[in-house]
Amino acid sequence: MAQSAQGLGGLTYDASKKARPPELNVFLALVLIVAAFEAIGRLLIGDSFLFNTRDNVDTLFNQQRLQIIILQVAIVGIIAIGVTQVIITGGIDLSSGSVVGATAMVAMSFAQTALVNGQPNPKAIFGPGFMDLPVIVPVVVGLACGLVAGLVNGALIAYTRIPPFIATLGMMVFARGFSRWWSNGNPISFPTESYAAIGRGMMPVVIFVALAVLFHCVMTYTRYGKHCYAIGSNEAAARMSGIDVTHHKVLVYTLAAMLAALAAIVLSSKNLTAQAGMGVMYELDAIAMAVIGGVSLSGGRGSILGTVLGALIFGVIISGFTFLKLDAYYQEMVKGVIIVAAVVLDQWRQRSRLQG
Amino acid sequence: MGDIVLETRGLTKHYGGVHALEEANFTLHAGEHVAVVGDNGAGKSTFVRQVTAVEQRTAGQILFDGREVHFAGPLEAREAGIETVFQTLALADDLDVPSNLFLGREILKLRLGPFSILDRRAMRARTLEALATTAVKIPSVDNPIRNMSGGQRQCVAIARTAAFASKLVIMDEPTAALGVQETAQVEQIIRGLKARGVPLILISHNLRQVFDLVDRIVVFRRGRIVASLRRDETDGNDIVSYITGVKGTEGAHA
Repeated sequence: MAQSAQGLGGLTYDASKKARPPELNVFLALVLIVAAFEAIGRLLIGDSFLFNTRDNVDTLFNQQRLQIIILQVAIVGIIAIGVTQVIITGGIDLSSGSVVGATAMVAMSFAQTALVNGQPNPKAIFGPGFMDLPVIVPVVVGLACGLVAGLVNGALIAYTRIPPFIATLGMMVFARGFSRWWSNGNPISFPTESYAAIGRGMMPVVIFVALAVLFHCVMTYTRYGKHCYAIGSNEAAARMSGIDVTHHKVLVYTLAAMLAALAAIVLSSKNLTAQAGMGVMYELDAIAMAVIGGVSLSGGRGSILGTVLGALIFGVIISGFTFLKLDAYYQEMVKGVIIVAAVVLDQWRQRSRLQG
Repeated sequence: MGDIVLETRGLTKHYGGVHALEEANFTLHAGEHVAVVGDNGAGKSTFVRQVTAVEQRTAGQILFDGREVHFAGPLEAREAGIETVFQTLALADDLDVPSNLFLGREILKLRLGPFSILDRRAMRARTLEALATTAVKIPSVDNPIRNMSGGQRQCVAIARTAAFASKLVIMDEPTAALGVQETAQVEQIIRGLKARGVPLILISHNLRQVFDLVDRIVVFRRGRIVASLRRDETDGNDIVSYITGVKGTEGAHA
């Protein structure tokens, strides 16, 4: 049947307007950026970004670099999975970086080992009764920190109806203060062997990928995901259709904070220490990953897959700058430019849609 | 006429000193299609907002399905079987057609609280079914509706209403913003409702449409029901006389 002839009484529908999945555009951007680093690298410093150039290693790609690209974005990527859900509902979460700091401090306090090289743990927070606990204790305590922070965020936003920006900004400042107060600013170190195993080696990547797959399915196949998109798309319509918007928002912010808490557990385990300044600016990196991945700040659009691709773009850029031996300061500046560019692109996309 | 589906007795709504609706006595029988006409500000939309509980009435009774009802809000009215197409579309632009049709009442494959698994295939199949029974044709139901024309979106909104309509459908100016072809499509849906015996209250400014579609015409003027006429007992001039106040200055029972 001819496309143009469909619809009753000449009502036509232009099937060619079916939008390309935005994830495809993000993927193409990723490929372009990798190609750009490859070209610049070969021209300027005579080295390959992507491919293996060492004679004694028998692989096509530079595996070490690929691992580092993924590894360095895995932990913020875990946060970005939660932030993506928040942004899809039309909200924002600025507290995740501080929740990472606070959770890392608290969780690590319950993960300490009693003896370090035969001496009592010099960084001990609690007495001997709280040393060498099974690994489940710090994990549960850490997730509980996220649960509490997320419930407060969600309840403030859903019940008092203050803007998410303000509610989570308050949590951001509060949680950072809390993490400094917890140990008077002192680092907490020397975790048990089982706690240290959580973030060892490529474990952060394994956890990140597993969570990405899980939440991709949740957002695609469950009522929760459908309602996230509905609320971000048209909150009034969602309410009129009988969706419990209030409870849904509490759930979304709670999940986001618990994912941030999980990232804190992985991060403190990987670093074998927790410090009050951990996770500073992570919230912005996580938001940037989502936005670069095509998640619309006005809500309703985006996906976990897009955010994962956004995270990879992030990792490629950081690695690329290191590869070109450029100063770290440039990274920050370029990150800023990319975030703004991604939002401008999103605005353009929306405007061109409105104009049909 | 058969059983009474909806009846209002002395339905009244005051906004402060403004008497938007005064003592409206209205009856709708099973399977009946009734048009509500009147000038701007005559009380048509106010009347609908009281029946669907978008607003709470000042005084009077509403009887639906044989018993007096006090809906707390539009959701309760919908749960009781009153489906309404409001002037402002209640659609989520980023979702596809099945998701919009089943928004808030998804078909589930597996119940897991908020994380219940959706039965997307069943919803898609029932969407195609609903579009077929309402004669709405949309080539691809899998695209977000933001890519559709205003008329197609209106058709989706109406299809949703018609698909779930069990007891009563109310449409508030469903064709106000539509082109000729799209209006024809909406009118086709309304005829489908008539054939299925679903009663309808249609608010419209379009007298041609009203005479084409309904059994009875109820005229509002200055917050009062001034006439209730069977379609075959009246004509356009007669209706306009009531709307403008040339005829029927005393209240009537609809």
